[in-house]
Amino acid sequence: MTAVPLSWYLILSAVLFSLGVAGFLFRRNLITMFMCIELMLNAVNLSMVAFSHKYEQIDGHIFTFFVMVVAAAEAAVGLAIILTVVKNRKTLAVDELNSMKY
Amino acid sequence: MQHLWLIPALPLAGFLANGILGRRASKTVINVIAVGTVALSFAWVVKTLVTLEPLTAAHVERYGTWFQSGVLSVGFQFAVDRLTAVMLLVVTGVGLLIHIYATGYMAHEGGYSRFFAYLNLFMFFMLTLVLADNFLLLFVGWEGVGLCSYLLIGFYFRKKSASTAGNKAFIVNRIGDFGFSLAMFLIVVTFETLDFASVFAAAQKMPVEQSAGILTAICLLLFVGATGKSAQIPLYVWLPDAMEGPTPVSALIHAATMVTAGVYMIARSWVLFLHAPLAMDVVAAVGLLTAFVSATIGLTQFDIKKVFAYSTVSQLGYMIVAVGVGAFGAGIFHLVTHAFFKALLFLGAGSVIHAVGGEQDLRRMGGLRKKIPLTFATLMCAAVAIAGVPPFSGFFSKDEILLAVHEHSPFMFWVGVITAGMTAFYVFRAIFMAFFGDYRGTAHPHESPASMTAPLAVLALLSLGGGFLPVPHILAEVFPAHEAHHSMGLVAVSVGAGLAGIALAFVFYVMKPGLADRVSGSLGGLYRLVYNKYFVDEAYDAAVIQPAIKGSRSLLWRGIDVGVIDGMVNGAGSRARDLGNLLRLIQSGNIRSYATWVLFGSVFVLIAARLLGGWR
Repeated sequence: MTAVPLSWYLILSAVLFSLGVAGFLFRRNLITMFMCIELMLNAVNLSMVAFSHKYEQIDGHIFTFFVMVVAAAEAAVGLAIILTVVKNRKTLAVDELNSMKY
Repeated sequence: MQHLWLIPALPLAGFLANGILGRRASKTVINVIAVGTVALSFAWVVKTLVTLEPLTAAHVERYGTWFQSGVLSVGFQFAVDRLTAVMLLVVTGVGLLIHIYATGYMAHEGGYSRFFAYLNLFMFFMLTLVLADNFLLLFVGWEGVGLCSYLLIGFYFRKKSASTAGNKAFIVNRIGDFGFSLAMFLIVVTFETLDFASVFAAAQKMPVEQSAGILTAICLLLFVGATGKSAQIPLYVWLPDAMEGPTPVSALIHAATMVTAGVYMIARSWVLFLHAPLAMDVVAAVGLLTAFVSATIGLTQFDIKKVFAYSTVSQLGYMIVAVGVGAFGAGIFHLVTHAFFKALLFLGAGSVIHAVGGEQDLRRMGGLRKKIPLTFATLMCAAVAIAGVPPFSGFFSKDEILLAVHEHSPFMFWVGVITAGMTAFYVFRAIFMAFFGDYRGTAHPHESPASMTAPLAVLALLSLGGGFLPVPHILAEVFPAHEAHHSMGLVAVSVGAGLAGIALAFVFYVMKPGLADRVSGSLGGLYRLVYNKYFVDEAYDAAVIQPAIKGSRSLLWRGIDVGVIDGMVNGAGSRARDLGNLLRLIQSGNIRSYATWVLFGSVFVLIAARLLGGWR
């Protein structure tokens, strides 16, 4: 039984990452943009785990742990910010948050 | 080693002492330092000349190298030959007398120590000029005396006309200096040295076809320098204005010493000039023209100092004509006698001005011969000397020149004779207007103190007897032989012209006082033309100065300074601001556009890194 080729994992990771980027750029809802950020992070996790399995090294796994911790922390902080924004601006449409301009 | 450097160094020490410490010192101390250093310098000159007798060859002293650049090596070199000896005696001797006079004349003026400091500084530069053994060191003295002339003409700097006159003297001199500089550059290119001995020896050996062109160019440019310093056409305009300075300054700088530097320089370079006949013709023509024209202007002036100023320009013209026709010894002889009687004329005029409380207009003087007899007597000595009355000094020197000129061109001789007649006329006009008739002024004329009258007496003796000094004989060693036929007829003509001038002045100003005004009235336009100095200053103003000012304003100031330089500086600021204006458009506040920029940026960085060779 042949193993799944590495390239498939990487292509999947790339596709997921691109979907994340596209979603981040094209969606208006703040929560949705956050979910896309998480998607990008997890795509990267996937590619790291795939590499680490291929070369039988543990580095990829360990780094994935780091990324997950950071993602969690970042999600916590980010959601706190979003709650504050909602309380003040009563909207989640990111286009309306444009007062920091020239 | 005669320690020639002491000769200029002593007045320099006087300048430093009086300049730095003079403010708080008493007049006696300032006098002792100023007069003492010049007296010591004079004594050292005499001692050196006595030691070096008979001085057939030049005595050279070198004090080290100034600089070396390529093939050119310039050293601090002083040399004494017979020409230098004559100049040294005149500069230090007459300078000493004028310093003594100035202690009396300036006694009631402010800035006493500053005056004597500048006067000593002038002596330092003039002595450097005379002792120099190469063109560059001579030029140092040349420029330095120009500087001192500016400082001393503008001595009463709070008076606008005085400071303007100082500027004029310096700027016009600079134009001459430019010609001198170009001549020095040509000398360096042609001879690869600036030392007198080397240049003159090389010039003697040059074949005629090669030398004529370049030597003519060099000599013409040197003469441009001389026209500036020795007040010839076209650069004489500063000298009449220079009368704004105190009278001792007019006597020392603008009669006896500085203005003779041009004549001295041409005489020193006689080797070059003899190889450039065209240049010598130009020199003679300009000198004669200057002598004649300025004598005509001197006929009409009413300010006693202006009369003598134009007289100086005219007499300098005589000296320039002399060196222009090759009679170098005669030119220097006239330089010496002129130093005596012109210094006396100016110092005497100063005594007169001092007597009548500052008045300088001849129309407001008169009848002073009873009131200031000593001044009158000494001024008469100077007047007969300058008029060429035998056997006084002016007769001998002027006659030598006129005889030499006659050899060259009889036409020039007759112009010179007419000028001599005019010289006698305007000098005696001034004497008669000031000392004869009734007193037309408002002051109480009184004789001057001994510090002023004693130098007048010494100079009077020199003016009377100076003709018997064997100057041409002494200088015969230095200059090539110049045979001039001694014709009693020509001598009689020139003496006759002088006596006729005196007689005419007597008629106009003593016998029939109103005649002068009637004649000038009937000559109308011609009189106005001459009285206004042929409107030369106005012509220069229109032709040179106004265009220079307008050109500077429009091109240099508005065009370059404001347009280009300020434009570049301000423009840099404007461009920076415009760039900023462009870049701030990125700051739109739109989060999605920021995200897009981040994406593009990171892609760009990745591609660039790949293209430039990867991360590692």
